[in-house]
Amino acid sequence: MNFWRNNSRFAWAGGLLAGVLFLGIGAAQGQLSVIWKKAVMICLECIGLG
Amino acid sequence: MRNKLRLTVQLLFTIVTNGYLYGFLNGKIYRGSLKYVCVPGLNCYSCPGAVAACPIGALQALLNQRGFHVPFAALGFFFVFGSLLGRFVCGWLCPFGLVQDLLYKIPLFKKRKRLPGHRVLKYGKYAVLALLVGAGSMFLFGGFAKVPAFCKYLCPSGTLLGALPLLGTNEALRSQAGGLFLWKLGILLAIVLLSVKVFRPFCQYLCPLGAVYGWFNRFSLVQIHWEKGACTGCGACERACPAALSRREISRSPECIRCGKCVEACPERCLRFTGKAGENPTQSPSF
Repeated sequence: MNFWRNNSRFAWAGGLLAGVLFLGIGAAQGQLSVIWKKAVMICLECIGLG
Repeated sequence: MRNKLRLTVQLLFTIVTNGYLYGFLNGKIYRGSLKYVCVPGLNCYSCPGAVAACPIGALQALLNQRGFHVPFAALGFFFVFGSLLGRFVCGWLCPFGLVQDLLYKIPLFKKRKRLPGHRVLKYGKYAVLALLVGAGSMFLFGGFAKVPAFCKYLCPSGTLLGALPLLGTNEALRSQAGGLFLWKLGILLAIVLLSVKVFRPFCQYLCPLGAVYGWFNRFSLVQIHWEKGACTGCGACERACPAALSRREISRSPECIRCGKCVEACPERCLRFTGKAGENPTQSPSF
């Protein structure tokens, strides 16, 4: 808790870096393609039909 | 002035991120490469106009895979948007937030900022995140496939922005509407009606994306800074806050959507948006 309180001025940058890192790992594992495949088909569950 | 700016930003962002007109006219959805990435707000990717993916839908799609994989890509989008903006996304960039804001402007009923039982109900969004988005998407099956439980059973944004436009223009889909669609339509109608009376009930009590971004509010780059020395303790900011937050809670509370009404209301101009995280003092004056 003290860590966040003392370093909150820069915590956002740490979070941003973590986000970029996660995106990189996700992309390397092909997760962006999984998202794309889901997003380009009409999701029947999302519209209450599936 | 700032509220007009916010409304303009909300409208423009909604139009830009749902600007695939061909889809609305023909009952189809966009299938281009922009859908590799997520928009920051709750925006169904089955909306005919959507040009990018929904972050909660993306998270569920990754959790729906066979076996368990850490959903790094979805976490990445959450961390990037959350670290920069926190719940500013909810206040300024979410299409379903815009819908609720517009409904709340309808001059019907005596307005309420919160529902009775708010202290308990506000945790509903965390329950939705854990049980429907998380556990539900990993363990609920429809046949042999896992189901995106939040989208399937709750998401009113999907019904409003996805189902209704698609069913309106696509005869083949319309013929498949059954009990599940009626269930989701009922949820949408309940939230629409409630939104006329209560400020953003879905955001305050049910939205899993709000639960995620709320966690980032404490340290995100965008904050509302309070100039303690200039504050007279008049309480105008607390009265203006649509979520009924106290001065101590403004900006850093997980409930604050950074709508900026407190900034506009402050007669001493001691509240302002800032891009310097960590500026906010933790002490507040006694009002």
